Parts: sequence; C-alpha cells; structure tokens
Amino acid sequence: MTQIFAYIPHKNGAAEDVALEYPEAAKKIDAGASVTAVVTGSGADLDKVAGDMAKIYSEVIKVDNAALAYPNAEVVRKALTAILPANAIVLVAHDTFGMDLAPGLSVKLDSAYAADAIDFEGVDGDALKLVRQELGGAVSTHVTTDISAGAVITIRPGAFAPVDGGSASGTITDKSGDAGDLAAKRTFIEVVEAEVGDVDITKSDVLVSIGRGIEDEDNIEIAQELADAMGAVVSCSRPIVDAKWLEKSRQVGTSGQTVKPKVYMAMGISGSFQHMGGVKGNPFIVAVNKNPKAPIFQVADVGIVEDILDFMPELQEAIEDL
Amino acid sequence: MSSIIGPASYQLFGFFPTIILSFLLPVIGVGLFTYIMARRIAPLVRANPDYRFDNIPQRIINLFLVWLAQIRQPRYMLAGVLHIVIFAGFLVLSIRSTTLVIVGLSDGFVLPGFDGALGAVYNFFKDYAATGVLIACLVAAVRRGVIKPARYAVPEKYGKDHTAEAIFVLGVISTLMISEALFEASELAYVLRETGHDHFVAPLSITWMFKAMLGTTSLDTLQGIHVAAYYIHDVAFFFFLCFLPMGKHFHVITSIFNVFFMRVKKGNIKPVMHGVSEEDLDELESFGTKKLEDFTWKHMLDFYSCADCGRCSDQCPANAVGRPLSPRFITIKARDLIFKNYPMTGEIYNSPNLLVEDIYTEDEIWSCTTCGACEEECPLGIEYIDKMVDLRRGMVDEGMVPQSLQKPLKALEKRGNPYGKMEKKRADWAKDKEFKAEHSVKVLGKKETAETLYFVDSITSYDDNIQDIAKRTAIILEKAGVDYGVLGKEEKDSGNEVLRFGEEMLYQSLKEDNTEAILASGVKEIVTADPHAYNALKNDYQGLPPVKHISQVVTEKVKSGDLVLTSCKEPGKVFFYHDPCYLGRHNGLYEDPREALDAIDNLTRVEIEKSRDRSFCCGGGGLMLFYEPEEETRMGVLRVNMAAEAGATVIVTACPFCLVNMQDAIKVAGKEGEMEAMDFTQLIEQHLA
Amino acid sequence: MEILVCVKRVPDTAENEFELNSDGNDLDRDDLVYSVNEWDNYAVEEAIQIVDKVGGSVTVVTVGDDEAEEVLRREMAMGANNGVLLADDAFEGSDGKGIATILKAEIEKGSYDLILTGAQADEGAGQVGGMLAAMLDYPYASLVNKIEVDGDAKIKVGREIEGGNQEMNEIELPCVLSIQTGINEPRYVGIRGIRKVAKVEIPEKDAGALGIDASAVGEAGAKTKRVDYFVPDMGDGAEMLEGSTDEIIEQLIEKLKAKGGL
Repeated sequence: MTQIFAYIPHKNGAAEDVALEYPEAAKKIDAGASVTAVVTGSGADLDKVAGDMAKIYSEVIKVDNAALAYPNAEVVRKALTAILPANAIVLVAHDTFGMDLAPGLSVKLDSAYAADAIDFEGVDGDALKLVRQELGGAVSTHVTTDISAGAVITIRPGAFAPVDGGSASGTITDKSGDAGDLAAKRTFIEVVEAEVGDVDITKSDVLVSIGRGIEDEDNIEIAQELADAMGAVVSCSRPIVDAKWLEKSRQVGTSGQTVKPKVYMAMGISGSFQHMGGVKGNPFIVAVNKNPKAPIFQVADVGIVEDILDFMPELQEAIEDL
Repeated sequence: MSSIIGPASYQLFGFFPTIILSFLLPVIGVGLFTYIMARRIAPLVRANPDYRFDNIPQRIINLFLVWLAQIRQPRYMLAGVLHIVIFAGFLVLSIRSTTLVIVGLSDGFVLPGFDGALGAVYNFFKDYAATGVLIACLVAAVRRGVIKPARYAVPEKYGKDHTAEAIFVLGVISTLMISEALFEASELAYVLRETGHDHFVAPLSITWMFKAMLGTTSLDTLQGIHVAAYYIHDVAFFFFLCFLPMGKHFHVITSIFNVFFMRVKKGNIKPVMHGVSEEDLDELESFGTKKLEDFTWKHMLDFYSCADCGRCSDQCPANAVGRPLSPRFITIKARDLIFKNYPMTGEIYNSPNLLVEDIYTEDEIWSCTTCGACEEECPLGIEYIDKMVDLRRGMVDEGMVPQSLQKPLKALEKRGNPYGKMEKKRADWAKDKEFKAEHSVKVLGKKETAETLYFVDSITSYDDNIQDIAKRTAIILEKAGVDYGVLGKEEKDSGNEVLRFGEEMLYQSLKEDNTEAILASGVKEIVTADPHAYNALKNDYQGLPPVKHISQVVTEKVKSGDLVLTSCKEPGKVFFYHDPCYLGRHNGLYEDPREALDAIDNLTRVEIEKSRDRSFCCGGGGLMLFYEPEEETRMGVLRVNMAAEAGATVIVTACPFCLVNMQDAIKVAGKEGEMEAMDFTQLIEQHLA
Repeated sequence: MEILVCVKRVPDTAENEFELNSDGNDLDRDDLVYSVNEWDNYAVEEAIQIVDKVGGSVTVVTVGDDEAEEVLRREMAMGANNGVLLADDAFEGSDGKGIATILKAEIEKGSYDLILTGAQADEGAGQVGGMLAAMLDYPYASLVNKIEVDGDAKIKVGREIEGGNQEMNEIELPCVLSIQTGINEPRYVGIRGIRKVAKVEIPEKDAGALGIDASAVGEAGAKTKRVDYFVPDMGDGAEMLEGSTDEIIEQLIEKLKAKGGL
C-alpha cells in the first residue's frame, strides 16, 4: 500500500488551507493510499494543530522541538529526513516555505521530485502521472515521476478540492525523540512585515483589481473612478507593483496580500496562479480581458472580452446612472 | 582761446600724462583677454571632433539671417526687439569703440575715410545707436529687475538666480553708452563755449542731450568730464571684453561662430563619432557622451554661447509638464562644469564621475521627446537633440537603461518590434475579414513586386487600435491608383526612436535589415503614414528610393485629379490640424496635410499660434510610449486644451503616436464626447469620393 | 567573494505567444525566441553588485547545448568575469536532479563562496537551487530578495514570503541562494556589449571532463519526465458575456447586484 505523508504548514496555531487539500490530492494519486499528516513545531501551537489534524487525518505524526518553533526549512528537512520511512511519498505545499524545503528534502530522502502539481492522473506501474504548468501558466504538461523509491511532490495550494473540517479522531504519534540533531547553518532572525499602505485591501468586500491591461500609470485613475462608483477599493497584480505604480500593500497574490472579498473584479489581469493564490473565500469573480485565451477566464465566474480602458469608464457611467 | 585737451595729451594733476593709461589699459585688457580666451579654448581642443565645414553657402546664409538679421529674435517680440536694438547698436558702435582706443594715444584720431561726409553720417547714426542701446538697456533692466518674466526664473534645483548678472551687464553697457556720449558732448560743449561754433549733433540723441545739459558748465569741469568719461569708457570697455567670457555674455563673442557652425541639416542624428564609419564602430572603446570632454567642440561652443534667454525651456514640452528637464539648464549646468573644471588659473580638473551622476540625472536625459522645439527657437543655433542622443548612448553603453525601456529594446532585438509580437504577424492587419473582403495588399517578395512600398512600421502593424491607419492608408493608395505593396515579415521597426534613445548598434541592425529588404523589393518609391518612419528612412538611412508621407501623396493626387474628395461630412465640426514633430519641425512638411484638409469643401479648420514650427509635442512616440517619466500632467492634455481653447472639436493628426496620445489625453482631460482625435488617413478615407 | 551563478536559456515568455505544434504534444518551436531566464538575470546583477562592493569574481555557468553559449555571453556582457558551458549529449533530458548533479560536479572543481540561481525558470519548478545545496551540504535560502554582505563567514539574506513580508536569515558561507525578481534593477545589455565579449574564450566541459557517470544524468537518470504539452480543457470556465458593450454592462450590473457588488 502506498504510504503518503502530508506536511502541514501552520502559523499561530492554525494549519494553512492546504491541509484540507492534501487528502484530495492523495486520493488522486492512489485512492487506497494511507495518508499521514506530519506536523512540526513547538509547544501549544503544535499541539493545537496536531489536534486539528487528527480530526481530518487518521494518522498524525508530530515533532516537537524548540528549534522548530519557526519553520526554518533546513531544520524541518533534518527532522523529516530522520523520521520518514524509506520510499515515502511526501506531499508539500508549493508555497514559499515548500519551495524552500522540498527540493532539498528529495535529495536527502534520495527520492524523485515533482513540483507544483495541479492534478494527478494515477499511478501506472512505478510511474505517477501528474499535471503541471510551464511558462508562467501559458501551457500545461503531463509529467511522470518514478515513485518506486519514494517521492517528494509539491502541490499547488488551491488546486485540489478541500475536504470538510471533519470530526475523525486520528491517532497522534509523537516522534520528537527521533528527530535527531537539528543544528543548522541558517538561522532565522525576524520577519520584516510589509509596510501597511493607506488602504487595507483585505478589509474591502469589493475589489477592482488591475493588471498589465492598465498599460500606463496614469490609467490607474480610470480604475479608481470605477472603484469609487462601486464603493470598492483598487488592488492589483504583481507587475503593477513591480512598475511602482501602486504600493506593495495593494498587491493581491502569494507574494502580496491574501484577500477574501465578496466580489473580485479582475481587470486586465491574466490570472497567474500566484495572483489567484491570494484570492480566497470563493468570491464572485468578474474577469475583463482583451485576450480571450487569458487563463483568468478559467477561474472567473463571469468573463468579458473587452479592453478594460474602454470598458471601465462605460461600466462606471452605467453604475452611476443607476 | 583754448581747446579741450584730449586724453593723449592730458596731464593728470599737472604732471601725470594720461597717455600712459591710454597705452596700459589696452595692453592689459587685450593681454588679459587673450589669456582668458586661451583658457576658454582649452576644453574645445580636448573635445570630441565635429564636422562643421560642409554646406558653406547655407552656413553663410544662416550667418546673414540668424546672426546679422536676427530673424529668430522677434519670435519673442519685446525681448527680441530690445535685443535687435542692442545688437545693431553694438555693431555700429564697434567702429567708434575701436577708434576711441586709438584716440587715447593720438588726439583727434579718425579712421581713414571717416574724416569727410562718411564720418558725419556715421556719427549721426552712432549717436542714435548709443541712444537706442541705452534706452533698450533701461527697458531691459526694468523687465529683468521689476517685471521679471517667468521664463528667466531659476528653479532652486538648478542653482541661483541670474538676475544680478543680467542687470550688472546692462549697467556696464549703459556706462559705455553714457561715457562715450559724455566724452563727445563735453568736447562739443567746450568748443561751443570757446568758439561759438555749434557742431551738428543728432537731435534727441544722448550726446545731444548731454551737450545741452553741459551748456553752462565751466570749461574746467568740461575738461574734467571729457578725460574722466574717456577713461571710464576705456576701463569699462576692456573690463567688458574680459568679463564676457566669464558667463552668459560670452555669446557676444561666440555667437557669430556658433551660428556659422549651427546644424544645417534637419531630422538626422550625428554619428557616434565624427570620422568613424559605421563599420568601424566596434573599434570604439566607449560610446556617447559620458564625461565633459566627450561632447564635441561645437557642443562646447553651444554651452559658451547660451545667453540664458530661456526660450528653449519656454517651448520645451517636457519642461511644461514638469518633467525633470529644462534644456536651458542642460546647457548652463554644462557651462558651469566647464568653468569649474577649466579654471582661469591652475590645473584642469578631470572629474571621475559620469555627467549623469555629476550634473545631470538619468531621468532628465530620458525625459526628452526629441521634438526639436528648443532648437527651432534658439536665436543662437544651440542644439540639444544630438547632445541628448550622445548622453543616452553613453548611458546605454554603461547599462543605465530604465527597466521599462529594457523590455521593448530586447523585443526589438529579438523580434524587430517593441511589443515582442511575432514577425510573421506583421501584416496580419491586412487579413482582417471585413478589410480582406474588399481589398488586397501585396506582400512584396519573390513573387510580388510593386512600384511603391508602403512602409507600415511597428505601431501601425501591431497595435489593435492603430491598425486602422494601415487599412486606411492602403485604401487611399488603392483609390489613388498607386501600385503598392508591403514588406510583411521582412519589415522591421524603422528604429527612429531606437537611434534617438541611444541604442546605436540595435538601430544599425534594424537599418541594415530594412535597407536590404527594401532594396531587394525593387520599389521605386516609399510611402509611409508614420512620420517617425518617414524621418528615419529619409534622414537616417542611406541609399533608399525617395520617401513620401501619405499626406504628400494625397495632396499630389488631389491636384492631379487622381483622388477626388467629397465635401465635409460633418460641416458642424471644427477641425484642428496638429503638426507631428517628425513631419513638421524635423522635415518641414507643414503645408501638404493642410492643403489636403482644405481640399475638403466646407471643412472648418482653425489655426493657433502654437502650430507649424511651434507645434507642441503630443508626448512622444516609439520607445517614449514605454518610458514612465515623472511629470505633473501629460503633454497631450496641454495640447488638447490648446485645441479646445481655439474652439476645435476634432484634432486631426498625421502620426500614429500623436493619435494614441491625443486619444488618451482627451479621456484624461475629461473632454470625451466634446472632442475627438482622428488620424489624417481616417479623415481622408471618409471623404473619398 | 567568488560567486557562481547558474543560468538557463529559456523561451522568452515576454516575447512569445506559445502555441502547440500540429500534433498538439509539443510547443510550436519554429517561431520561439530564447533568452536568459529572467530570474537568473537578477541573480547575475546581484552577483556583480556584490563583487563591485567587496571584490572577487563572478562566474556564470549553464547546462545546455552550443546555443546556450549565447546566454553566457549576455551575462558576461553584463559584467560576469567568466563563463563555463557544461555540454554533453548525455545531459539531454535531465530532470532537476540531473541538472543539480552536473552543476555540483563543476562547483566541486572550483572554490566558490556563494552560488546563486534564479528562483525558478521556464518550467516553474524552482528546484535546482535547493537540490544543489542539499547535494553539496551547503545551507540554502530560496526566493531571496535581499543580500547583505558584512563578513566572510556569514551573510544576511531576506526571503520573500507570503503577504509581501520579508523573512530575514543569517546564513553561513558557502551557501546556495535562489534569487527572486525585484531584488535589484538589472543593467541593460545591448548588442554592442555582447559583441565586446564575442571573442572571449568560454570553456566547454562534457561528462568526462566533469567526472560524471553519464547514466546518472540525462534521460537515463531522470526519474521525472515530461510526457507532453497540452492546452487544458477550458471545462467549467467563466460564463462569457456577449453582445454589445451596453448589453454586456446591463447583464453584468444585474449579476453584480445579486452578488453584493453594488
């Protein structure tokens, strides 16, 4: 039987959303696999998360060590290398921590590695077939990976349907004693919080979010006017911040803010997963884009193929006339 | 009966012969002046080469028109007239001043030929000249010191106010005029008192007035005034001579040379290094202007020649919208640096820093749209575009290119267009269903040939909105019976902005590709609707068939009867033709588009002062569309407001970039619905009979 | 400081419109243009800036064919001092581990204090840096958006983490860092810059020279393999609103009202 281990990222005593998504991913790999949640950390926060995971997973392994209080990838890697059995299949979220941890872990476990899976198409012999994207999401690929000696696979957060919170009562095994020497050559110092801007986009129910389609800094005014008409706030994708047209605090995405609005107006945003990774809470997504092939249309509820520079003023006028 | 004693014979305090002063002052003055000029010429000697001995007849014409006749001065009426008076006065008085120096050595000296009627006539004019200069100085001083026109202001970031120097020099000039007049008037008054002989003096001139005022003055006092006035004049004269090279009044000396050597060809860009052929460019160690000495000697002479009149910056659209660029200070900062690095005494200082670190900023140099308004205006023929391009060449060579420009430049290198679109899609505009149903466009190559090449260029080929210009140009050419085709994927960006943004080698490669493709197509003539392409093909490329803008073709074909235009479809609208920089100023094409518009009956067209060679840039084209300048407003918005003020409801332009900028500006200015922007080809196509 | 930057030649995402070939299983490569991976370009700029400050040299290395030499030259035109091309038919089809194995062999032949890679490349896996570090037993940090060099033994690095926050770490040298875009503003390299280094000798090393067992890398050694490219079934995508702009706006407003957007 395939043994799958899911590494649970958590912060402040709460597991990240991806913890609910691993079971679906594991099922797509092998419906009969046993799935064990692995939680590392320290103290009460760890116990809380391990307890929560026991409601979802039948098996939970916890590793408690002061050195694991902040998730330093090098330390976590050492702990996991020590406690995981040979040939294990390890699932890790493809987020900024997973990218730090997973490639090195696969080397230390001497197993195969596959990154950023968005779907699995089952195992054929030793070959696990999975789906991922390349070239910034412009094309998809099928990839096979030989899992005979185990594998480390990162999955894209949000790509797999989450399971319910659950009320199972899994067993929690404490493997703190097996973690071994956790000394590391990299030490965590501090987290420098992003500067808080003039507007808190995470608090708004309606976001008018702009991407490359805005074309020019001066056109941001057009989006602002639409937002004003809708009682919304203007947010944006990464290129707008890279161009320094808006502050970092306005950026939605994995490298920016996570927002949970009711309505998300994606204006001239192509819809990369890094961007959509910051849109949570299943909002009503309206996508307007000149390019009918833009990936945003796959995730949006309503799609409109138009130039936002022409469309936004007209929409604004229509709303003001209501 | 006595006669007044001249400075050559006068004994100060009865024992000191003033002739010693008359001898020493010129010797010291000329000696010092020679030394100063030698120091000032030093940077020119170390500067890069420049070739300015071509087109001598044109240069002589420029000398007569721009220098002697001062034709650019009245573009600013009051300041211009004042300057013409002072300049003409100086020319007239130069003879008198030279004579006076010798008078100090030999009483009563007159230049050969000036002892008769000629001398009398000269004296008559000379007196009025001095009077005119004095009055002009007074008016100018009031203007500079009291009224203070805005264009003379020095923003804090550019240094201290220049008013004091200006007033001081006006004072020195006035001193020269007054002392000269007093010198003469005191003698005439003396003669009148002693002999009763009343010499004729030009009525109401300052000499005439002083003579009248001195009518009752004692002979001793007159004698004193006479000698004192002489030496005040002498000292002021030589002081002025040596003071000129110290600042903005250097132009009094350099202007004649600067105008002679001024740009005679328009629309082109100087080679990277004069004397180095395009094939040998790879051998150059460094590109462009990085240090002071990388400027050419003519560019250095420009810095010396600037009179600080502020007309360039007053016309500069970048300055008008608050970009960090004011052409006047490009010059003044460089002049200040020359003065600092080449001091009057001591070692020449070689700054280790780049100019863009030292006196300029990168944004300042990228802010220029190369519209040419500054050069068109400068009464002294100072040029800016070549300097900007040379500074940019230096920055590109150092890798100092804003990120926003790096992407389009890389796309141009890889794909031949700044958008990174595929080469094979360059002529896709002609595949549009509706268009294709009625028109077909030949793609020239192995199978197809044509008389005329329509050079489309990148924005018109690829921009969804601007592709209409290509379609309409095609329809107009078809209707006019022109046998034409396009190059399709063989066409690359014309590189007009690539060259002007300092990416010389990329421009060279675009030019080579286009030249090869155009010559291989065997066409006899090139037509384009993009003034930037027009300019590059006409002025930057070599060895191509003649190039025409579509407006020239239209006007020609209307005159020949091959094209017939209907009467105006929207007679209620008021049309305003906006001159694109690369059609107007850089190529002198002002009339063809207007004639074409006027060939549409009942079309109401308005003109404003800022038209033709004073047209105001829309915001810039080509790579400028990718650059994100720091500015308070957009050039296009100012332009739209100018048109609106003139009562225009339709801005007609003849350049795809102008169209993009005007359409945007109308939105930003909140004039949607009231005004519209339209390309020349659209208007013509609508009115094809 | 001796710095090695691992770079890759990739299809240029900014300049290409990707289409599948007629069989639908690979990219239509006829019209692709290639350039250096954007993240790698930031890494090279960062390396040059560090060397400008504290001295040392920058070497750029790539695993690829002859065409990959072009990206080495571009990075050398930027200011990298040396380039090394690792090329062998046996390297073709390597997975992330294969590439890391090849790079490791080259790194062990030199003496580098700092090894930089881009945070990710065309495949979007972001794997080689972390694997390389683990193979070398060097410490590693990914998504680095700040480097402070203030000593020979340790440096401080900032990582870009969720929420736009920055995680500061101290890391011992030698180490491997993967560089995130935005850490600096890479300088421009024009045709002239590339021509200037056109004649510089770039050593080329094959499996033999590196002492690599050819079966451990390339297609043969790869556990993870790309099977095909495809355009995903649009499936349950957005409901596309059609008609005139006015009609679209009318429909949209109804929907927005229903969803609380107005």
